Amino acid sequence: MKIVVCAKQVPDTNEVKIDPVKGTLIRDGVPSILNPDDANALEAALKVKDADSATTVSVVSMGPPQATYMLKECIAMGADDAFLLSSRAFGGADTCATSTTIAAGIKKIGDVDLIFAGRQAIDGDTAQVGPQLAQRLGLPFVTYVQNVREIKDGRVIVERQLEDGYEVISVPTPCVLTAVKELNTPRYMSVPRIIYACEEASITIWNEADVELDPADCGLNASPTKVMKSFTPPPKGKGEMLAGSITEMAGAVVAKLKAKHAI
Amino acid sequence: MVLTEKYQLIKKLARDFAENEIPQELQDEIEETHLLPDSFREKIAKSGLLGMKVPKTYGGGGLDTLGYVLAIEEISRVSCVSAIYISGANSLGSGPLLQAGTPEQLEKYLRPVTYGEKYPAFGLTEPGAGSDSGGVQTSAVKDGDYWLLNGRKCFITAAPWADYTVVYAKTDPKAGSRGITAFIVDMKLPGVSVGKPENKMGILGVPTSDVILEDVRVSDGDRLGELNRGFSNAMKTLDYGRLGVSAQCLGLGQAALDEAIKYSKERKQFGQKLSEFQALRFMIADMATELYAARELVYNACVLKDKNDPQASMHCSMSKYMSSEMCNHLAYKAVQIHGGYGYIKDYKVERLYRDARVQSLYEGTSQVQQIVIANNLLK
Repeated sequence: MKIVVCAKQVPDTNEVKIDPVKGTLIRDGVPSILNPDDANALEAALKVKDADSATTVSVVSMGPPQATYMLKECIAMGADDAFLLSSRAFGGADTCATSTTIAAGIKKIGDVDLIFAGRQAIDGDTAQVGPQLAQRLGLPFVTYVQNVREIKDGRVIVERQLEDGYEVISVPTPCVLTAVKELNTPRYMSVPRIIYACEEASITIWNEADVELDPADCGLNASPTKVMKSFTPPPKGKGEMLAGSITEMAGAVVAKLKAKHAI
Repeated sequence: MVLTEKYQLIKKLARDFAENEIPQELQDEIEETHLLPDSFREKIAKSGLLGMKVPKTYGGGGLDTLGYVLAIEEISRVSCVSAIYISGANSLGSGPLLQAGTPEQLEKYLRPVTYGEKYPAFGLTEPGAGSDSGGVQTSAVKDGDYWLLNGRKCFITAAPWADYTVVYAKTDPKAGSRGITAFIVDMKLPGVSVGKPENKMGILGVPTSDVILEDVRVSDGDRLGELNRGFSNAMKTLDYGRLGVSAQCLGLGQAALDEAIKYSKERKQFGQKLSEFQALRFMIADMATELYAARELVYNACVLKDKNDPQASMHCSMSKYMSSEMCNHLAYKAVQIHGGYGYIKDYKVERLYRDARVQSLYEGTSQVQQIVIANNLLK
């Protein structure tokens, strides 16, 4: 079985701070990590490979050249190889253009039986690229996969997470599955695989010509999303401290709430 | 030192492992019981970390010395005793075999260590032979195809868990350190017994005991390396061991600095945070500077060691000397910044202080390192 995993290098949002003056994210010096849900997607693929050694797992990403670091991490976890779609032409892409590019990369890899992606990336939180990718490839998809029950005879049976339970879905392969963190616990890298990833493995880098895309269909040119304004909500005004006995303070609170028609 | 991607990923692996697998509750349990739980030791065995530095030919990870030191440092930052357990297999456990083992010995004894199936111990120190390790009294007398071993080894790390111990014994009583031979002693052999674990100040979790040898018959096939060449085997093993200890010290030092920074930003006295008092700010600046200087010295020694540089041995001693003193200074200052709370077991610095103390003692005291350094300079 040939599996492709979609992965993204994202800023570690636990480390991101807000510039108090400009109100924007300070990205300088923030470490980049493998998007957590994508690690679950990779683990799901590696579990298939554990059970069937003939399975190959390839990781695909779009991003700047330094994203090869994250792809090496994926190889160190057990992926066979990795492809990075990287070009100036891909810059400024929204989810729409991103999915076009990744779909072109997956078409170029060819004959894929199963595609795993994370539910969403922690930087944009859109959860759109997985489903869009399925549409561009003309494949069925299941989002919020919390368990893969069976892969057999050209079908996959998965559990799809809902707010108050899950649904069991049988879907023909090839298909796209997006993983939630409940799906599994991603494995650690191994020491020999780290050495292999950094000293022997090579990561294939493709630009728009390599994946036969028109630059007009890539990056900012093909991104209908327009950001009107980006801002940090202003902090709430300072609270008012009441003084006096409990009864007096309670009376004052009730009077204020009544004046605001809250009660 | 600017670390390449390989080393960054090794650090990440070790940090992720330590932070996920050694949570506070487990650290507390280890301190309480003085033992790494079996379930945790199994997890370490499965992780491949016990053989990370062993060459791939014997099933290990094939990691170089710098990568190994980075991993031990990260684990020691969370739990020094867990780092000791991992480094015990990689350095003092595997070192003697890697240097002198025959292909059969390496298959029989080293490969299972890398797979986490067997655990090794290193038996050099004796009650009367500590720093003066050439003065071992344990004797080995030839008896046909066997050797008859008698003696007592002390302070043997993980002896109660060990499947075998590499024992250094006198084979030529008149020859001093040139009359010592190494033997692989299966702990199940008749005549081998293990003493009660020592009641230690720190590094609680891995038991340290005597290994007693009474008329133990060891096959000549389990003699490790050439006759009367054991001392050099032990000294070369200790070179690596010293870098492993240095790595523990860097982890302890980093943990002490982390705790000092965290606490000084929380605790208020005289209406301001401790971190706003210049006296304490300077203390933290000194701690970081000393830590970073030691780290560069250690990492550089790793590179020299892997290049087989003739100066490597001296640099290993310098690393061990400086980093073990450093972590003691840092642990002292971290406790000082915590004030009375630093003396209470609820705070991590109390453990760091005790775990740091052994670092300038074992695998060669600071004074022994000074001897090695001076001997190199004043030849």
